[in-house]
Amino acid sequence: MAQTITQKIFARAANRKFVDVGESVWLNVDVLLTHDVCGPPTFDIFKQEFGPDAKVWNPDKVVVLPDHYIFTANEHAHRNIDLLRQFAAEQELPNYYDVGTDRYRGVCHVALAEEGFNLPGTVLFGTDSHTCTSGAFGMFGTGIGNTDAAFILGTGKLWEKVPESMKFTFEGKMPEYLTAKDLILQILGDIGTDGATYRAMEFDGEAVYSLPMDERMTLCNMAIEAGGMNGIIAVDAVTEAFVKARTSKPYEIFHSDPDASYHSMYRYNVEQMEPVVAMPHSPDNRATVRSVAGTEITKSYIGSCTGGKLTDFMLAAKILKGRKVAVTTNIVPATVLVASQLETEMYEGQTLRRIFEEAGCNIALPSCAACLGGPADTVGRSVDNDLVVSTTNRNFPGRMGSKHAGVYLASPLTAAASAVTGKLTDPRDFL
Amino acid sequence: MESIIQGKAYVLGKNIDTDQIIPAEHLVYSLSNPEEVKMYGKYALSGVPPEQAGLPEGNVPFVPEGSYASPYSIIIAGPNFGCGSSREHAPFSLKVAGAKAIIAESYARIFYRNCVDGGFVIPYEASQPLNKLILTGDELSIDMKNNTVTNLTQNVTYQLRPLGSVVDIVQAGGIFEYARNNDLMAKSEA
Repeated sequence: MAQTITQKIFARAANRKFVDVGESVWLNVDVLLTHDVCGPPTFDIFKQEFGPDAKVWNPDKVVVLPDHYIFTANEHAHRNIDLLRQFAAEQELPNYYDVGTDRYRGVCHVALAEEGFNLPGTVLFGTDSHTCTSGAFGMFGTGIGNTDAAFILGTGKLWEKVPESMKFTFEGKMPEYLTAKDLILQILGDIGTDGATYRAMEFDGEAVYSLPMDERMTLCNMAIEAGGMNGIIAVDAVTEAFVKARTSKPYEIFHSDPDASYHSMYRYNVEQMEPVVAMPHSPDNRATVRSVAGTEITKSYIGSCTGGKLTDFMLAAKILKGRKVAVTTNIVPATVLVASQLETEMYEGQTLRRIFEEAGCNIALPSCAACLGGPADTVGRSVDNDLVVSTTNRNFPGRMGSKHAGVYLASPLTAAASAVTGKLTDPRDFL
Repeated sequence: MESIIQGKAYVLGKNIDTDQIIPAEHLVYSLSNPEEVKMYGKYALSGVPPEQAGLPEGNVPFVPEGSYASPYSIIIAGPNFGCGSSREHAPFSLKVAGAKAIIAESYARIFYRNCVDGGFVIPYEASQPLNKLILTGDELSIDMKNNTVTNLTQNVTYQLRPLGSVVDIVQAGGIFEYARNNDLMAKSEA
């Protein structure tokens, strides 16, 4: 029987040859990811259910990356970091990346890739909805709650329903003004925030395979914004080169069978697409940037797991080089590595950091920061009636802080172009 | 487990995401310390814009100012309830505030799983847009045996979709109870 790539990964993890769409199966978990917001309650449930002296099923497979509320004076947030530290010590977890040490990495989904935890063919569960980001590596990654994560900590297993798949094929050569963010916002506008609920979103086509891993991660990251269980891109030479440069662990490559069946198939030609935004207050509220150009904004924000990777900043630098921003513009590198790359990567003879500083941007320390609002002292948090253009992934009411603010989700090119004019601006005006 | 859930309705629109259910700034509180747990009741559904809170009129807070519990125990909503962040704090906060069940047209996957596996609130699916028919404050009675909800205020009964394959986990009270009952808590081959 023909299977999709997601079915094949499920079958491997369930020790089966074939799994059928819609059946619930128990999966053996390769990696469990958690962070400072959901780690402490997960550990509480684990101890309550398995006993105070219980040991996790496999310490090597538990990855703890604090990233949400790091640079804040909030005492409760500090306590959550202490609880992670304590649990990691008790359980002797080798993959704990402590705050305030040189092991600190930053935003978990980006750090997982950097540290070589993303392996083709494997199953990753994480206590964060954007765990689907890792699907860019030809693997299954999805978000879960604390109870499910505690169950995995004790048993190494979890039940999951085999999802139906939707296929999104992007043909053509990527124009320089278009990014992965535009592609996923286009899809969201077409299928809505529940258009892929409980389904796999498979991305395919020459335009997708022309993208670097950073951009493929942006595509998969926002599968959850359509309600998707996972986003997935099959492995090619680009994936393998990235993985092999970071780990020597073995992995298995799967591809969808040519006759696999899909819930639906969508085809796009990227050469006919244009930069888009998601207007307040929903990621599927799509408009072309041209159609809303001139809308006043109060802030620009370039950061997060979906919009704070090196490629995002390279794109922003193309527009910000030699220009000044007209509104408060926050540059928030996802990880310590990305932050260091801002100092070393050049565009037209200047480091990215220098370009952003000369443009008048504020460069923040690596964490999730204001993508999800966060404690009151979080850098970039929206206030009052702010109108923010942001490379992040959600713009539901109150997401970046103030309940009265509005957020326009956009590509780093659009966020940079809009920062320069203080109004929503199509990046083609500057390229 | 009880087979009848009775209480007042609290009506919401579509795409109520988990940031509206419990805004991210409150996620710093402990989910086990009883004093801090109360904060999740206090802030449950506090992120819903006022005009969309407690339909059809709006401007009805789920939890009254200064209180830690809600007078409403059944939430009625449109499609895609619980979309967005995976935070289990969301169904947890609804439970702490006193919600027993939700009747939405559809749910986002992670929220739905969290409700079921954590045993917090029972996520029923409506087969029609009940959030257009039921008013905030109406007295409702859910019959879990027959999968119906009766609006006692308006004297009308609606069919709900059966819980389907998760009914065993709901009846057990969560994934741990279910797994113990079914001998599923052994460790996997690591």
